[in-house]
Amino acid sequence: MSLSTAIRDVAGGFKSLLVGMRITLGQAIKPSITVQYPHQTLKMPARFRGHVKLVLDPETGKSRCTACGLCVKACPSDCIELDGIKREGEKKKSVTEYELDFTKCSLCGSCVDVCPSDAIEYSKDYNVVSLNREDFSHMDLVKRLEAEAEIWRKHHPPQAAAVATTPVTAPAALATGAKTPSPGQKAP
Amino acid sequence: MSFLTLEPIRLLLYLVGVCAFVGANAAYLVLAERKGAGRIQRRPGPNEAGYAGLLQPVADGIKLLAKQIMVPPGTDALLFRAAPLMVMAPSLMCLAVIPFGANLVARDLNIGLLLVFSFGSINVMALMLGGWASRNKFAIISSARVVSQNVAYEIPMLLVVITMLMVTGTMNLNEIIHQQAGWFWNWNVFKVWVNPLMPVTFVIFFICMLAETNRAPFDMAEAESELVAGAFTEYGGMGFGVFFMAEYANIVVGCCLATILFLGGWQSPFGALSGVLGPLWFLLKMYALIFTVIWIRWTFPRTQFYSLLNLSWKILIPLSLFTLVLTGVMIKII
Repeated sequence: MSLSTAIRDVAGGFKSLLVGMRITLGQAIKPSITVQYPHQTLKMPARFRGHVKLVLDPETGKSRCTACGLCVKACPSDCIELDGIKREGEKKKSVTEYELDFTKCSLCGSCVDVCPSDAIEYSKDYNVVSLNREDFSHMDLVKRLEAEAEIWRKHHPPQAAAVATTPVTAPAALATGAKTPSPGQKAP
Repeated sequence: MSFLTLEPIRLLLYLVGVCAFVGANAAYLVLAERKGAGRIQRRPGPNEAGYAGLLQPVADGIKLLAKQIMVPPGTDALLFRAAPLMVMAPSLMCLAVIPFGANLVARDLNIGLLLVFSFGSINVMALMLGGWASRNKFAIISSARVVSQNVAYEIPMLLVVITMLMVTGTMNLNEIIHQQAGWFWNWNVFKVWVNPLMPVTFVIFFICMLAETNRAPFDMAEAESELVAGAFTEYGGMGFGVFFMAEYANIVVGCCLATILFLGGWQSPFGALSGVLGPLWFLLKMYALIFTVIWIRWTFPRTQFYSLLNLSWKILIPLSLFTLVLTGVMIKII
């Protein structure tokens, strides 16, 4: 190796180091992209698949579920149990009990696909953690819907009276689900 | 005033001042390092302890202090305990001759430069002893690396220093700074009429300083991906903490020295305002260099050991020898 190539090598190598340092400095002056997780959370993307949940009809503040049982049949893991009653003055049945065994659910989404009345969807709930297995083996979706409906009623005071006369509560179903505290909250 | 100029009082003040300066720097440079790493990787770095993470060093310190210092069985207990002290003490002593301002120097020795380098070389021995006393294979490998690395890089560094000695003609650090008075082109790094390769000399010095302080990309001593924690593997609690602080103290000393030798120390860049504002200029230049050190660490991956030695023996030593000879010739001619 001649002296001139050696010098050119060293100078070229040194220049490449400076290029690298320019790149890191360029990154350093750009804004930080970290989300400070416990303090800030990201909005879940539309296609995020959490456990299924009952849809709250924004017009009635109730579930659209007619307890037809198609989701029970479609479920390959056999993790849905539901029950419904026919109320006075209503054409269709309404759901009283909807229990999801999330320990078996593989989030395949067959139930969501098969539902004729769009009554179930994926929740955006990702904080699913608990010390109690029961919280997931018997997830009471009706009770969770009730919690949502509670908030809905606050934002729809005129209808509140109307809703109160025909409550969607199912005391018998809640008796079993009463011991299950809602594991995890929706992302703030 | 007369009270403050009493010799024992003056020395006590400087002792406390130097200890406080090193302690504060070691603690907060760790934070600066982590913050710098965060910025370069586009994350905020530690920001939970105190406002923007400013209490993080305190939290780290309390954690380290609260831990028991274990001396593992089979180690050389005396050397094991002495090594952290031997790493820390020399860097504290070096600061005794560093002039932070025209009159702000603990001891204005006429062989200050020599003192810094002689104490600086103790650092190597302490790391080697720490690794040796640990009775740990990783620590031993690390010790061997530290020694060969520091021997390799001491040579170009000292060659550069000899070049600077030929240019300045004095070992008194304050005198060296006085010679660089005036505008910034009087700083040694820009004195191309003395030696056209002066900026290169500065770069060599800086690279050697990185290697001597075992900083990335030359951190072969504690290459955590290969050697667990290198020479510090068996150390826990404040034993480890002192090693860690010593690393930063050494960086401070190294950057001080680079500032003094090449960047005009406490001289202002415009030839004015260097009297009262001297320490400010000094710290500004020093922290700019320290920032570069951090910046380099988070830019480049660790080198191989062979490339490390190749860089020294094949490039830096010939280059520094060449600048030495060139400077000699230039001085003779001019």
